[in-house]
Amino acid sequence: MEMINLTIDNKSIVVKKGTTILEAAASIGVDIPTLCHMHLHDMNIENKPGGCRVCVVEVKGRRNLAPACCTEATEGMEISSHSIRAINARRTIVELILSDHPSDCLVCAKSGNCELQDLAHHLGIREIHYQGEQSHYREDTSPAIIREMDKCILCRRCETMCNEVQTVGVLSTINRGFEAVVSPAFEMNLDHSSCTYCGQCVAVCPTGALTEVDQTGAVIRALSDPEKTVVVQTAPAVRAALGEEFGLPAGTLVTGKMAAALRRLGFNYVFDTDFAADLTIMEEGTELLERLNKYLAGDQNVKLPILTSCCPAWVKFFEHHFPELKDIPSTARSPQQMFGSIAKTYFADKMQVKRENLVVVSIMPCVAKKYESSREEFSVDGNPDVDYALTTRELAQLINLANIDFKSLPDEEFDQPLGESTGAGVIFGTTGGVIEAAVRTAYEVQTGKSLDRLDFEELRGMEGLRKATIDFDGLPINIGIAHGLGNARKLLEEIKNGKSEFHAIEIMSCPGGCIGGGGQPYHHGNVEILKKRQKALYAEDQSKTIRKSHENPYIKKLYEEFLGEPLSDKAHHLLHTEYFDRS
Amino acid sequence: MPKIKLAEKTITQIKEVCAKFNHEEGELINVLHQVQGRLGYLPAEVQEVIARELNMSVAKVYGVVTFYSFFTMLPQGEFPISICMGTACYVRGAEQVLSEFKRQLKIEVGETSADGKFSLSSLRCVGACGLAPVVTVGEKVYGRVSPQQVSKIIAEYQEGCPAESKSA
Ligand code: SF4
Ligand code: SF4
Ligand code: SF4
Ligand code: FES
Ligand code: FES
Repeated sequence: MEMINLTIDNKSIVVKKGTTILEAAASIGVDIPTLCHMHLHDMNIENKPGGCRVCVVEVKGRRNLAPACCTEATEGMEISSHSIRAINARRTIVELILSDHPSDCLVCAKSGNCELQDLAHHLGIREIHYQGEQSHYREDTSPAIIREMDKCILCRRCETMCNEVQTVGVLSTINRGFEAVVSPAFEMNLDHSSCTYCGQCVAVCPTGALTEVDQTGAVIRALSDPEKTVVVQTAPAVRAALGEEFGLPAGTLVTGKMAAALRRLGFNYVFDTDFAADLTIMEEGTELLERLNKYLAGDQNVKLPILTSCCPAWVKFFEHHFPELKDIPSTARSPQQMFGSIAKTYFADKMQVKRENLVVVSIMPCVAKKYESSREEFSVDGNPDVDYALTTRELAQLINLANIDFKSLPDEEFDQPLGESTGAGVIFGTTGGVIEAAVRTAYEVQTGKSLDRLDFEELRGMEGLRKATIDFDGLPINIGIAHGLGNARKLLEEIKNGKSEFHAIEIMSCPGGCIGGGGQPYHHGNVEILKKRQKALYAEDQSKTIRKSHENPYIKKLYEEFLGEPLSDKAHHLLHTEYFDRS
Repeated sequence: MPKIKLAEKTITQIKEVCAKFNHEEGELINVLHQVQGRLGYLPAEVQEVIARELNMSVAKVYGVVTFYSFFTMLPQGEFPISICMGTACYVRGAEQVLSEFKRQLKIEVGETSADGKFSLSSLRCVGACGLAPVVTVGEKVYGRVSPQQVSKIIAEYQEGCPAESKSA
């Protein structure tokens, strides 16, 4: 490997050939500001258009300043990262960007989390010396995402996520010069496009150009309506990330504080989506075994592999791009929707609350869950099973609004009966977790034996595509795992071509799974944060006494009192769904 | 997404062009150029077929179509008139020439006259600055055009149709 010697701010350093100035500087702790550049290390996700020039540095002997993010270090380079020239150039660039940017900071959804705002702050911009025309685009509102392209700085990160990572291809830069903007084809609205609402564009947008639809106002109104009983469910990945919004280190589990905060916000019952995750395993796991056993009995028509169906962005993806495969995924609804359905039947009956007076709010790491809850098949006579789906960020917003001192809250428990969950339910929030939970139950049901180990390390990790074979007491079960829709696409192509070797496949749209969801606290390109959230979920699983979904006592009771057994008619009606060709 | 409702014949034409370029994404500009040459313009449905044939997203195709002013999504008149608005042409009076065309044809840039004969567009430098201001009608180039000459140019096409001026 060829090595390069250079100096940065008079410090000598040796780096591998091919290293950029930005990477070289970072390796010795020199922080060069960037705006358009984004690099999710270990995930092979990089946006490097070299467009904004905020990262310019001075290289001795060169006439022009060099953009650090896309200039390779060369032998003998002498770099000064913060010379007066470089700083002045950065300030000019930021002022120019600001000259065509609305001065909305005080009321912008991204305020406090905006990379442009941060940059202006760090560079001490107090005045904008340039006056130019301001671009105006119409706002585009969809069930989950709002596009306010007046705030777009054309960094093209969203384009990279949507095209390269997710291979959905909804977004592209269109027009040229001053008119240039990122948009769906023909400037159609997002909800007419094949957007999956995965929210990965929102997760990486440095400014307020892309944000989620804010439903906090509606939730506050419901909470203050004396007629309504308001219940809340919290998705597994939320507890591993919410603390970040209050300055706790990434990976801090805040399950108990979150329950306490929700109670103080006025929710009548604080429940857990993890309960519904256990329920999902009962239905999806049984479906897997049913298909598997038919196949083993020689049925050639049975659809294998079975694909998980918890992720609404993934569901919308195959409905648009692979409609011919739409009878392969499990018909099980997602945990969010199973919860809503059970809350508005079983629980409402128990409490003798009328359906229209029961409001179900969910707290999700996810932007697509807003869209999912609005799908028509998940409502009865116009009343949705889940009324509002807030993101982790929106919950933090509510907590701040209510002046709750989150960090000093005591740990509290979830309410019953829809708050009890197992370790299997908790790991639903990370890539590999759903299929591990399914294996724990399916193994025991299929073999009649009890597992002597519960940690399936072979299913865990962060690689985009993984596979493992699990021995079901002599019967090898091949499992595939994909996160990120581009990776999912590869597995789907294999299935389409009849080349898939798998019996079951888990798919999550977001890199990392829901821990990296579009509604989570912004990670600003730091993949370490996702790894810490993942670790936190496995730690919570470890700490549980019950770690298999079928052993959840409240799930058993639900089947005894109400559903009968997995895949019963009632279960089908309330917990399963169908998919549509949207191509 | 809008469902494709093009004539079978048109779709075949588009597919032929894409096949000629081996369905390569990198050939998009050439494909668009030739398809526009055959159909006169590139409506949404056509872009969708091209995207499918080249196995790329229609948003990217649209991005390229809107980047180059040469491409158009609106049907062209039988005789597409373009006025160069590059610097050289601009300083030598292209704007007055353009307004004269607008006035006489009663259309704006990007529109087609009611009888379908003429459409009007403005171009960036066409590389014939020595002849500024430059006007093209189909493939035919007119140099040093003054507002006074506009009616003569229009008249040329109103009578017969000089075959050589039709766009390829
Ligand atoms: S939500 Fe996902 S699919 Fe939709 S535009 Fe953003 S990245 Fe693309
Ligand atoms: S919408 Fe956001 S992420 Fe996309 S180009 Fe604009 S600023 Fe960048
Ligand atoms: S992986 Fe999770 S957070 Fe991401 S879209 Fe799917 S359900 Fe939502
Ligand atoms: S961050 Fe380097 S050019 Fe934008
Ligand atoms: S400016 Fe018109 S041809 Fe160059």
